[in-house]
Amino acid sequence: MARAVPADPHDGEAVAKRIENRWALTMVGLVALLVAMVIFTGLHWATMPPSRVETINPSTLHVSGEFVESNLGSAVETDGSVTVRIVGQQYSFTPQCIVVPSRTPVTFRVTSADVIHGMLITGTNINSMVSPGYISTFKTRFEKPGDHLMPCHEFCGTGHEGMWANVKVVEPDAFARLVGPTRRASCDL
Amino acid sequence: MIYNKRLILAHFWLAFALFGVAILLGEWQMFIRSPLHGWLRNADLYYRSVTAHGTVMGYVFPTLVAMGFGYFISEAALGQPLVGRRWAWAGYYMIIIGSVAAVVPVAMGLDSVLYTFYPPMIGNAFYYIGVVLVVVGSWVWVALMGINLYVWKRAHPGAPVPLAMFANVAGAYLWGWTAVGAALELLFQILPVALGFATTINAGLSRVLFSWTLHAIVYFWLMPAYIAFYTIVPRAIGGRLYSDSMARISFALFLVFAMPIGIHHLFADPEVGAGFKVVHSIFTAMVAVPTLLTVFTICASVEIAARLRGGKGLFGWVKALPWANPQMLALALSFVMLGFGGAGGLINMSYQLDSTIHNTQWVTGHFHLIFGGAIVIMYFALAYDLWPHLTGRALLNLRLVHWQLWLWFIGMIVLTFPWHYAGLLGMPRRMAFYDYTAPGMFAEGVSVVMSTIGGAILVVSAALFLTVLIRNHSAARVDPEPFTFSRAVHEPVSLPWALNGLGLWLGLMIALTITNYGYPIVQLMMTPEGRVPPVFVGGKP
Ligand code: HEM
Ligand SMILES: [Cu+2]
Ligand SMILES: [Cu+2]
Repeated sequence: MARAVPADPHDGEAVAKRIENRWALTMVGLVALLVAMVIFTGLHWATMPPSRVETINPSTLHVSGEFVESNLGSAVETDGSVTVRIVGQQYSFTPQCIVVPSRTPVTFRVTSADVIHGMLITGTNINSMVSPGYISTFKTRFEKPGDHLMPCHEFCGTGHEGMWANVKVVEPDAFARLVGPTRRASCDL
Repeated sequence: MIYNKRLILAHFWLAFALFGVAILLGEWQMFIRSPLHGWLRNADLYYRSVTAHGTVMGYVFPTLVAMGFGYFISEAALGQPLVGRRWAWAGYYMIIIGSVAAVVPVAMGLDSVLYTFYPPMIGNAFYYIGVVLVVVGSWVWVALMGINLYVWKRAHPGAPVPLAMFANVAGAYLWGWTAVGAALELLFQILPVALGFATTINAGLSRVLFSWTLHAIVYFWLMPAYIAFYTIVPRAIGGRLYSDSMARISFALFLVFAMPIGIHHLFADPEVGAGFKVVHSIFTAMVAVPTLLTVFTICASVEIAARLRGGKGLFGWVKALPWANPQMLALALSFVMLGFGGAGGLINMSYQLDSTIHNTQWVTGHFHLIFGGAIVIMYFALAYDLWPHLTGRALLNLRLVHWQLWLWFIGMIVLTFPWHYAGLLGMPRRMAFYDYTAPGMFAEGVSVVMSTIGGAILVVSAALFLTVLIRNHSAARVDPEPFTFSRAVHEPVSLPWALNGLGLWLGLMIALTITNYGYPIVQLMMTPEGRVPPVFVGGKP
């Protein structure tokens, strides 16, 4: 804080400068610390944003390729992890109800058939934009069974407020019974 | 001496009149989405309203305030009549024409695309043309601010540029360059499709270009408030500015660091790779530095005022401050809101924490607190300070002014605290209404009701603000003392080149924008697979 100005004005100026510089350096240090924390947590827990930019033609989603209707929803991979494929369109997600096992690595792959949408899963930190022409990929893990809501969170037209899906997290063995030999699962609301 | 009072008043009055209308829309939106009623379920009307509210509050209102204040500063600080008066009026009329061209189709429901107009959603071309006209009108102001400074420097070689003008021109250049992103998007991507010349559009590229504008525009909104912190408040409370050169450094840093960080809005986007997200995240942290410097300089300046008034003790001096002075009150309330809002901003800034709140109601709560709260309250304060100089009449109702400022503060807290909370519960943004009977949604309903109450308080405060200004126009004539800006404790006699002009900082701003945006933009331009068909709203043209 500023002290009373001493008699010699030039002295005062030097004092003022010194205090001010000390503050500036402290603040730069503080910001550097925050940056270091962001980088550290990013590397340490691998909480990096998705990295690869993948494109896809939204006009042919339903005709062929990864996002045809029969391939949507949860699928069990050979390594035991689960991949969930979702398409967003005005004004719903396909599928509308998603079931995943708890305590299992889950990869989401999501794209849009028309405009920009978003998705988040309440009570988790899953949160992504869903853009036509691009595929959003992110990995996660649900610790506990439970029901979550999955709203679209970017304005996508006048029906935006109706665009909600559901996510059910179930115990791994219950999930295994659900998938059966097709290695795919979906749920009813 | 203020030469072009009518020009300046015209800008301010248009700004405040539009603000008065848009705030009613805001409160209506909050009411409609609350559980307080069950009868109006018309999403179409709601999105027309949000498009208008966002466009006015985000683009038109702050731009007009910055322009009016900029013309004022140019004349008051440089002591010369505005060069290019005719051009200034031309820019003003362009903004009026642009606003009308934009608002009419929005009101008709042809352009419910919201102020961010994310393609491939495409509305009626007139909305975009209107926004372009508003931007071009404001670019006239950018050019005039640069020219006026240049003319003055030629006439006063070597003399230190007044701080207010230095900051004002920094804000103008920041805006000039910031607006380029959205302008490129509008001119080269959206308008060709809206007018029927093109049949596909790259939604990812559009979002990257828009983020170029979307972040730094925030610092453009903030500039008039910061200029008031540094150059009006210390004078108004009878103090001195602690440091002139630190003030200049803060404004220069805004210019440099506000731009190359916009991709932090795209942390959750698929079209940008992780590398640039991290780079922008780091630069985002740096833009906190000028604000932290400002907090120190302004608090120290306030302390100087208190000690000059006989304040004593380590903290006892706070009591000696002129709390009855509206500038003092506005500053204090603004700083409290800035503190809360800044803490929230630190959360948005780190991409790990951002993922819990991205595009939830947390974000809307956050920017209402910072922008609608901390910044707009300083717009009020600076209007109160300038008005007698513009109208030549006394600003009498100090009690009313007090009520107005306090109500704005209280209303903002009541509006935005529950709003943040709803976001933490996962309530998505930009929805016309919610099904509060769904499991887990009850608490969100309660918080929206609280926000609606806060909004009502803000509407009252806005009405008081307009009343004070209107009543001033018929108050007793006075001869106000010549307008002055704050003086620094140690006034600069001569300044190093870097702090007496903006050349260096402009160069850095452009260079950093190119390094941080060049690659993502070029990469997306060369990704033809990213081009998708448009989806027209309000019917195909
Ligand atoms: C009575 C006070 C106000 C209320 C109740 C209010 C309410 C709202 C609501 C409900 C939204 C939609 C949020 C969403 O779901 O995304 C909104 C958006 C917005 N408001 Fe306000 N607002 C108020 C004042 C202001 C002020 C003073 C400003 C700035 C000067 C402002 C700027 C904005 C902007 C830029 C948007 C973004 C629109 C968008 O997301 O498309 N508002 N406001
Ligand atoms: Cu949506
Ligand atoms: Cu930003």
